[in-house]
Amino acid sequence: MIAAACVIAFVAISVSLLLNLYRLAIGPHALDRVLALDTMVINAIGLIVVLGIWFGVTIFFEAALLFAMVGFLSTVAFCKYLLRGNVIE
Amino acid sequence: MMAWIAELLIAGLLVVGAFFLLVGSFGLAKLPDMMRRLHAPTKATTLGIGALLIASMLYFVSVRGLLSFHELLITLFLFITAPVTAHLVAKAYLLRHPELRKDLPDVQASGGWATLGKSPQDTQRHEA
Amino acid sequence: MGTRFLPQPILTLVIAGVWMALANDISLGNAVLGLILGLVIPLLTQAYWPDRPRFKNPWRIIDFTLVVLWDIVMSNIQVAQLVLFRRGDSLRSQFVRVPLELTNAEAITILAGTITMTPGTISADLSADGTSILVHCLETDDPEGTVNAIKERYERRLMEIFA
Repeated sequence: MIAAACVIAFVAISVSLLLNLYRLAIGPHALDRVLALDTMVINAIGLIVVLGIWFGVTIFFEAALLFAMVGFLSTVAFCKYLLRGNVIE
Repeated sequence: MMAWIAELLIAGLLVVGAFFLLVGSFGLAKLPDMMRRLHAPTKATTLGIGALLIASMLYFVSVRGLLSFHELLITLFLFITAPVTAHLVAKAYLLRHPELRKDLPDVQASGGWATLGKSPQDTQRHEA
Repeated sequence: MGTRFLPQPILTLVIAGVWMALANDISLGNAVLGLILGLVIPLLTQAYWPDRPRFKNPWRIIDFTLVVLWDIVMSNIQVAQLVLFRRGDSLRSQFVRVPLELTNAEAITILAGTITMTPGTISADLSADGTSILVHCLETDDPEGTVNAIKERYERRLMEIFA
């Protein structure tokens, strides 16, 4: 049963990633693309977590945690750049 | 029997979490303007990730017999950072799109909204 | 609260807890290592904490957290319904201004985060003097009612927590 749920989750998250790619491609503003990238990072974390359950190992969680941190930092840096014209003042 | 209930719970949480992630991304692709689009990913994805991480925690405890609680860190991190991200994107969007300023309510304070510097009325007067 | 060698007792416990969660292991060795980090890090970073929030009634945090967690779940279901079953153009979205009675910076930060995580609202900006928050509503007929709900449900509770 868990394996079937994992497959459903894989399909749903993959479709989400494709929808995010669509938004990333059509824009129309720079901030839409930033938001699409941020959502992609969150979906990728979900994918890593489900992968951890699928293989039954906990080693993927460090990757998920690092991905969450790098994703947050990059979104903040993008927004800061669009707000102020530079990242570190 | 207990194992069966645990499996049902884990499978249910996995499907619910994936569903909310899908709804968040669908909203991002579907909604017509940026401020509305911002609502879908920030809300739906946090609950989606939360459900997936609880499922993972339950799975490692009940099926594999390993105590695993570092999923809590990711959940906590995402719950703290999601509002910050949304706030920054909204601020940057307000700054970059002057046509939005006529929709903003009057700030009723000196200094205006923090991002824009002046009150929306002032900006319009300058442009007029 | 706090002495010279233990400036922030709560931060010490939080660092120890996060360390054990990172190691994914509850054992005496990791608890001791976490506590050592929890003692050293606040001492080293003390200079960067200009002042810390004063609590009036810290136990109300539990009540506030439960209310917010419940509202996060409800808001997700509500936003999911709006996204799935409504045409995007038919959503009556607008900006509203929420006047603030809170003056504490930490309390305003928590309120802004709470607004973003709960039903159909996102905090978009703060006024330059910190007396009001700009909030975007996804679907509202009654802006006044939304503002009153935010003030009643979250701001009043936060005012009880922070002095």
